[in-house]
Amino acid sequence: MRHPRTSRLLSTLAGLIIGLAASASGAFEIEDHRLYPGTGETVIRVISTADLAVFEPFLQTFQEEQPEIGVDYTVVSSVDLHAAIQEGASFDLAISSAMDLQFQIANDGGARAYRSQATDALPAWARWRDQVFAFTAEPAVAVISRARFDGLPRPRTRQELIALLRERPEIFAEAVGTYDIRVSGLGYLFATQEARNSDIYWRLSELMGRLGTRLYCCSAQMIDDVATGDLAIAYNVLGSYAAERIARDDRLEILELEDYETVMLRTALIPATATEADGAALLLDRLLLEGLRQTEASWALPPVSAADDPGATAYGPIRLGPALLVYLDPLNRESFLGAWSDALVQ
Amino acid sequence: MSAAARVWLGSIGRRLTVLLAVIAALLALLSWWMVTSFAREAAERTQDNVLIASATTIAEALWSEQDAIRLELPYSAFAMLDAIGEDRVFYRVATADETLTGYADLLPPSLPAAPGDVAVATLTYRGDAVRLVTVQRTVLAGQRPVTVMVSVAQTRSGVGAISAGLSRTAALLSFGFFLLAVGLGAVATRSSLRPLNSFAGAVARRGPSDLRPLRREVPDELSPLLAALNRLMDRLGQSIRRSEEFIAEAAHRIRTPLASVRAQAELALHTVEKDGEKQMLRRVIRAVDESSRSAGQLLDHATVSFRADALARDPIDLADLAGRVTASLQPTAEMKDIALNLDADGPARISGDAVLLESAFRNVLDNAIKYSPEDTAITVALDGENGHWRLSVRDQGRGFADEPLPELKERFRRGRNVAQVVGSGLGLTIAEDALEAHGGHLDLTAPKDGPGACVTLVLPAS
Ligand SMILES: Nc1ncnc2c1ncn2[C@@H]1O[C@H](COP(=O)(O)OP(=O)(O)OP(=O)(O)O)[C@@H](O)[C@H]1O
Ligand SMILES: [Mg+2]
Repeated sequence: MRHPRTSRLLSTLAGLIIGLAASASGAFEIEDHRLYPGTGETVIRVISTADLAVFEPFLQTFQEEQPEIGVDYTVVSSVDLHAAIQEGASFDLAISSAMDLQFQIANDGGARAYRSQATDALPAWARWRDQVFAFTAEPAVAVISRARFDGLPRPRTRQELIALLRERPEIFAEAVGTYDIRVSGLGYLFATQEARNSDIYWRLSELMGRLGTRLYCCSAQMIDDVATGDLAIAYNVLGSYAAERIARDDRLEILELEDYETVMLRTALIPATATEADGAALLLDRLLLEGLRQTEASWALPPVSAADDPGATAYGPIRLGPALLVYLDPLNRESFLGAWSDALVQ
Repeated sequence: MSAAARVWLGSIGRRLTVLLAVIAALLALLSWWMVTSFAREAAERTQDNVLIASATTIAEALWSEQDAIRLELPYSAFAMLDAIGEDRVFYRVATADETLTGYADLLPPSLPAAPGDVAVATLTYRGDAVRLVTVQRTVLAGQRPVTVMVSVAQTRSGVGAISAGLSRTAALLSFGFFLLAVGLGAVATRSSLRPLNSFAGAVARRGPSDLRPLRREVPDELSPLLAALNRLMDRLGQSIRRSEEFIAEAAHRIRTPLASVRAQAELALHTVEKDGEKQMLRRVIRAVDESSRSAGQLLDHATVSFRADALARDPIDLADLAGRVTASLQPTAEMKDIALNLDADGPARISGDAVLLESAFRNVLDNAIKYSPEDTAITVALDGENGHWRLSVRDQGRGFADEPLPELKERFRRGRNVAQVVGSGLGLTIAEDALEAHGGHLDLTAPKDGPGACVTLVLPAS
């Protein structure tokens, strides 16, 4: 056994080198990186949008079961992940919250088919062509600051939320946060799907634009700002992150909006460029096992089985299918971003 | 063909069954193939239609804005492509000189001939076979009409999966139909061969001398066979009858001159003196007697054969018949001082031909008298026993020689014990034939309790 501190140092060093190499090629920007060395030769290179803080417990469990396999974990944004795989960067497993981008990789032939007991156990809507596999079903939620909402009623629908924002501009001016969908793939996915479901989205966006909404790249920062009270409300935050934070932080609260819910599937795929496909398959199976679990686990990411119950979400998760390509089309993206900017950035 | 196969196909039934099974197998294969190709075609057409609908929906969404062609891909255009299965989707929207959006390298091999037409093609794109549909729409950009091509392509694994599933189902169904057809074929074969089998059975059940025409309902295919068989039997019967008539005629014609020869020889015997000549004449008389006996017996035998063909079924009392015949032979017996004891209490009813039965009994009783020495007794007894009458003749004569008794019933067969007794060897044959025509038979036994022979006529009671 190597000394933990040395291995941490080594992995940071390796991350730095990979990061430099990657930024040199200009393909993607590494947000975080860590190497979990195994006892054997095999190292699986995972590219993911999930923060290490969220994923580390899982990776540790995996390594307890498969100590000989090392895992090299790179965190990037979903847009960068997509660009990296499309440009042929070699990774063994790609895990992303942007299911549309993942779908496009598979549709364009960038993913490998894999079948096992675990993949067969997934509900049909949670896999596509045995290439894209969903292992979480995560809703978009609104997180509020208890302090800023003190004495205010909790709106139960978006209609009520609009009314509240309109009535109390003194509270909400410059205190509403949401994704900057121009940079966040996940934010874009949530926005397009929500816009497709209901016209309330545009009314809400326009109102948020008038209030001077602040735009964020990532859920984590948005939640941070709600916690400090900089923001009164963060709209369309990843529910899993929020739940994980609220468990530790009582300044936060999830706003239960009952009219509808946008549920995204976090997906994994084995890129065609994978060199350690067997090891990646092991990790994938373990991931799907986690995604299919029926019991509460220490891990924050909610399993797909949570969305399997039709009563749980009236609309079901976003469908893993060719319709995801629609909003990825440059023309559509351009016109959607145009409309969004008109409403929100003003 | 191997010997076993030849034996096996030697049966019409098996041959038919095998043939029907082969036909059923061919039809099952054919139907499976047809269903499979129809399923494939239906699935392909469905995919084509969905692709056309998708491309048309996209084309309809085109509009122009200040000289520029604008497009917002309708969500439904892609959502509907999900219906076929999990297939990869590619698209391209382009004018003659530039790709507006989509996969720039997705080039349709052919374009629709006219606006409103659809060009459909199958090609390989990004490593997979895809179905590509292209539609055209002309959009007015400013003052200038611009033709825009919308191509939508989809891989074909969904089509393959649908048609493979249907093909599997069709295979199962076809196999089921095959089994059913084989079973029904076997049943059909058996039932259509049943008339043939029952026909053959009817012919086989016939008695050896039953040459009456077969009268039965047969299928059309068998009626020529039936007619031919009946004609054959008719000709056979006629030829048998002709030869019997000929024998009877011949016997009759021989007897008359023989009688006059015997009379002349008898006369000459009284006139000649010399012992040698007397001896010679006696031999002549004896030979004439033998010939005459033979001719008479031949005549009787022909009569039996003739009458047995169309046997009369008259009610007859066997006791009565025995009495009449015994009485008629009484003079012959008396010449040898033989006592004829008749122990037959009637009535013993049977149905049949009295002439034949008299002839049979007379021959048996005649034998008893003939093969017995003078001063003995012959007992004729009649008794019934489980549906049969037994008319037995017991004498105290020389008995049978040591030889197989049933052979004595053969034609012209005489025993080794005959010595000087005149005879032709036809007596027992006549008796046996007459009895068999009535469904009875003749029993020859050598009694254990004394000398002599016992001959019994066995007849079914009516
Ligand atoms: N009662 C009998 N006792 C001894 N032998 C007999 C008696 N009846 C028949 N047989 C034997 O059976 C043979 C066949 O008898 P069958 O009556 O057919 O011929 P047959 O008496 O010799 O000639 P025929 O035709 O003139 O009667 C006889 O030749 C004789 O040997
Ligand atoms: Mg005789």
